[in-house]
Amino acid sequence: MKINSNDLILKTMTSIIAFILLGFSIYLFFAGHNAPGGGFIGGLMTSAAIVLMNMAYGQEAMKSSLPINFRFLFKLGLLIALATGMGSFLFNEPFLSQTFAYFQLPVLGRTELATALLFDLGVYLTVIGITMTIILSIAEDHKEELSE
Amino acid sequence: METALSVTRTIMEISTQVAIIGVGISIFLLLYRVIKGPTNPDRAVALDVMGITLMALAGLVTILLVTTKLNDVVLLIGILLFIGTIALAKFIEKGVIIERDDN
Repeated sequence: MKINSNDLILKTMTSIIAFILLGFSIYLFFAGHNAPGGGFIGGLMTSAAIVLMNMAYGQEAMKSSLPINFRFLFKLGLLIALATGMGSFLFNEPFLSQTFAYFQLPVLGRTELATALLFDLGVYLTVIGITMTIILSIAEDHKEELSE
Repeated sequence: METALSVTRTIMEISTQVAIIGVGISIFLLLYRVIKGPTNPDRAVALDVMGITLMALAGLVTILLVTTKLNDVVLLIGILLFIGTIALAKFIEKGVIIERDDN
């Protein structure tokens, strides 16, 4: 194949660290709007984990193990964000108005759930989609030059 | 008791400010190494250390503001720095960051 494909330390480390990164991104996503965190930085962390896996295992292996079309993902995220904005029309409220309530959840105990979290989910998906689209497009750049 | 508390608080503030000035000077020295650095590994190491100084700066600001909210920021800078250093090291070593099967 090529020169290398024997980054044993990097590959072993990545399989552990990617889990830590994904867990940290989920923590950041739920910590949002009261503490540092939120959809944007959570999405950035998730895409950092995906980029790390791409660096360790190569693009072809990632394409088969994580078959997500990132160009579709950010359209989905924008649609979710728009839908949560429009959702306030159902309750005769202005566009993008939000509310929150406290719930008793099984593991987490008394938790604050806000409708802003749904909007954050849209931001999260959009950030993952756009970041991965940009990085993978730059990585594929060389191939298209060769094929011409 | 009250005076001891205020004295220690003043010492803490002054030492934190001195440390911030020291870290700031080191960032400028590292910036010189990043721009001037004779070889690319020099630049990579200088960028790595610059990230560590940024983490130190965030920690010092945490002490100065007496808050725990910035601890996540230190962790975040560390993780992004780690990925950036791996990417730089792989680029210097192999010339390609994200591998493909063709070419």
